[in-house]
Amino acid sequence: MRLRRPTAVGAAATLCAAIVVALLPFALSNYHRTTGATVAVYFIAILALDIVTGYTGQISIGHGAFMAIGGYTTAILTHDHGWNDLATLPAAAAAGFAAGVVVGLPALRFRGVYLALTTFAVALAVPQIAKNYSRFTGGTEGLPLPAHSGLWLYEVGWAIAGAMFVAAWLLLRGRTGRAFRAIRDSEVAAASSGVTLAVYKTVAFGISAAMAGVAGSLFVLVNSFVNPDVFGLQLSLYVLIGAVVGGLGSLRGVLVGAAFVELLPIGLTSGSLAPSQAVPVIFGAVVVAVMALLPLGAADLLRTVLQSRADRGQHPDTPLGTEAK
Amino acid sequence: MTERRPTAEWIVPAGLVAVCVLLVVGSLRSALFAQQTVSGLANGGIYASLAVALVLIYRATEVINFAQGALATFATYVAWQLMQWGLSYWAAFACTLAIAFVGGFAVELVAIRPVERRGSVLTVVIAAIGLLILVEGSIGWIWGNDVKFMPTPFPAHIYTVGGVAFSRQDLSTIAISLLAVIVLWGFFRFTKLGLAMRAAAVRPDAARLVGVRVSWMLSLGWGLAAALGAVAGLMAAASPSVLLQPSMMDGILIYAFAAAVVGGLESAFGAVVAALMIGVLLNLVTSYVHFVGPALQLPVAFVVMLVVLLVKPSGLFGRTRVRRV
Repeated sequence: MRLRRPTAVGAAATLCAAIVVALLPFALSNYHRTTGATVAVYFIAILALDIVTGYTGQISIGHGAFMAIGGYTTAILTHDHGWNDLATLPAAAAAGFAAGVVVGLPALRFRGVYLALTTFAVALAVPQIAKNYSRFTGGTEGLPLPAHSGLWLYEVGWAIAGAMFVAAWLLLRGRTGRAFRAIRDSEVAAASSGVTLAVYKTVAFGISAAMAGVAGSLFVLVNSFVNPDVFGLQLSLYVLIGAVVGGLGSLRGVLVGAAFVELLPIGLTSGSLAPSQAVPVIFGAVVVAVMALLPLGAADLLRTVLQSRADRGQHPDTPLGTEAK
Repeated sequence: MTERRPTAEWIVPAGLVAVCVLLVVGSLRSALFAQQTVSGLANGGIYASLAVALVLIYRATEVINFAQGALATFATYVAWQLMQWGLSYWAAFACTLAIAFVGGFAVELVAIRPVERRGSVLTVVIAAIGLLILVEGSIGWIWGNDVKFMPTPFPAHIYTVGGVAFSRQDLSTIAISLLAVIVLWGFFRFTKLGLAMRAAAVRPDAARLVGVRVSWMLSLGWGLAAALGAVAGLMAAASPSVLLQPSMMDGILIYAFAAAVVGGLESAFGAVVAALMIGVLLNLVTSYVHFVGPALQLPVAFVVMLVVLLVKPSGLFGRTRVRRV
């Protein structure tokens, strides 16, 4: 199509990033491999959020809740039922999918701020529910999980992240992705072009939540521990920050967003550039600044560069909701 | 553009009357019921101030201010600091309201206005969340994350009427919260500036034509909302069950959201009524329905919000909007 040249550049960049990610663990200590695995977790979660918020225009502030559901599925199955932890990943995805469909149903009626409020409330409510039903979840004390080496976590985490990325790319480039973008840009126009809003919105939520469930499940494995505070509001917000910084409505920035969220705090504190209390202040300021100056995030920066190279004046599409106020 | 739904106009008022009758009858029959109702009203008063602050901003800019709770907490810390420096409670209270007003004004000017110029609901909502992270982070950075002790202005006095004990704390909280809301209502109803602000919110273009500086009115709205939020924060911190810490208002914000949404998001009166009802409902549910522990209060409020939205998407007192596409 029109975008042939940038697509070629994008493919090359993706390949380079994949090679770097694959070779990186051999240059890292065990501790840093675990950090790398956490970046993979954020990568998957941000990818998931991007599908529903960036591509379909349905804002979710509650992806930490879906991660919690996946995480607890893994924890309970391994701890109480003796499952192999990798075998729990499909179960976590299924649980996430179910939760996503349930949250997606009200999304059929709510739009804009109402949906933001609903998902925000979900993000706050799910940890409370986990605290309340301590018979299954271990309450505030949580559940322990078998520990793994940093290398194992890194390889498993990034293998799954890579597979998810390819799956998301295949999903979004075809008919389904086109329907998602149509819904984001104008629900009425989408419906009148034959896109069944109810089906596609629910599917978007379901797929996104299933991926978030897998991310949560990996998160629990990386921590080898789970309690309700792991999945607090902060996690939901961090996933959103990563998606915003990486660029909503584009797959190119996901890696940037994930690295930003996980590595910036570590970099700042270990380089003693700033105290750890400053991290949320910087995060918050960055989010506001990105929204004010560059609403499409790192991907926008990339796209602007690519486009000026390709001598192209116009944006291929207008991500980020032209949804009517 | 807007139109009232003609059918079943009487259901909402009739339902409210029924609820009031139920509460009065219950209170006459049981002392525990009466006490729980009054302390529920006190909580409801706190939610009401915050909910009206949300409605104020929503009406002016169609944004849900996710940072409203964090700003209120910040104001409460300012009051705490002033008292540490030796001011009396009420002097600190007055200073805090002034500081919160200026702060809210500045926040709109610096963080929201540049984002709003770019348009979509999604961007502004995300910017507001960035603000939430930023403000909560600053609180932790400046004052630390440990719990502070906030002196209460109300002596621990208990009035007993017919075997029912009312604490002065609860009664004062109800009085001050409602007073703040009524003063604000008077300002909007009876002053020229209030009229200008309403005009700027409802018909920005027409208001501009008759010489209202719309952008200043919006900043002013944020200032007033922040001051009202500060009242909510101070009343919450004065209550013995709430601890002064950076996340103090997170839960209360959800109740205020629920109240604002149930009330119809555009109706301050609706928000107050809904906030009082939610306060009472949560208190009665936790004391009479035994499987709902304090940890499940949040999910209960969430379910109430969801049910009202699904049954009557414009809230109890909202206008049904006909959207032109």
